[in-house]
Amino acid sequence: MMKVHTVKKYVFVVFVLLFMVGCATTHERLLDSDSSQLRLRSIQTRAFETTDREKTLRAVISTLQDLGFVIDKADAKLCLVSATKLDSYALRITVTVRPRGNTHMLVRANAQYELTPVVEPEPYQRFFTALQKAMFLTAQEVD
Amino acid sequence: MGLQKTFFLHLWSFLILLFVPVFLSACQHHIPPEALSLDSESLKLRQIQTRVFQTDDEIKVLIACSSLLQDLGFTIDESETELGVLVGSKDRSALSAGQIVGSIIFGVFTGVPIPWEKNQKMRASVITRTTGDKKKSIAVRVTFQRIVWNTENKVTIREGLTEPKMYQEFFDKLSKALFLEAQEI
Repeated sequence: MMKVHTVKKYVFVVFVLLFMVGCATTHERLLDSDSSQLRLRSIQTRAFETTDREKTLRAVISTLQDLGFVIDKADAKLCLVSATKLDSYALRITVTVRPRGNTHMLVRANAQYELTPVVEPEPYQRFFTALQKAMFLTAQEVD
Repeated sequence: MGLQKTFFLHLWSFLILLFVPVFLSACQHHIPPEALSLDSESLKLRQIQTRVFQTDDEIKVLIACSSLLQDLGFTIDESETELGVLVGSKDRSALSAGQIVGSIIFGVFTGVPIPWEKNQKMRASVITRTTGDKKKSIAVRVTFQRIVWNTENKVTIREGLTEPKMYQEFFDKLSKALFLEAQEI
């Protein structure tokens, strides 16, 4: 049987480790350094076969409204839309649109749920499923 | 002595089991699956929040919407005419006599007064888009939401407003301002 002070030592080490991994520093939170930027960009982005920037932006706005968001900001020149959904939680999203080559528009969304960035693929997958209905076009994954 | 050791071991194991999930969950919040999915409610809400007007003048509709938001006491926070976007907000009292009385009665009996809802921020976004054959109509969709704070300045309610009557009244006023009949979708 382990001695009590050996157990205490282990417990101390476990707690120190938990403190180290449990919460991030301000620097890490500001730059979200813990997530892989390339992986995130890929799960947040889809390509649509259209060159109509305004149509894409309007489809984004109408999809956000369908999903229960209230628009906070929209800029036709910078091609971006920000919106907030309040439903006992707060969900904020920014969607940007930019051309890719001469045939496609890239749509990128990034969201924060309460105080955390949304980094899982599924919520974005759901958003793009809703968006492609409004676009009447298939959302294509990009590398 | 042996008993004491076993007791401490059990106590430590219990504490570890208690704290590990707390630490692991401390920085994690998960987005509910329905937050970014369309459902049958989405279509119903779209119908409540949208009306179509027989005009092809989107700017005229946007101007009427901005005057209406002003009539309703909103200040405009954001506008983008190229995309048919107007966003407004207003701060209002959230006091309700019933809640205050309830809180006072609770306080008298328990000695601990409970805070009541004090103020709220109400937001509206109005979005216009051309629709119909040959793009001869304008669809207007308005959505409202609010955040409520209590007397301790804590957020107590965050919600989208879905009461059909609110939207009905908004569109009644808008059709009067536009001298046009509002058609449901």
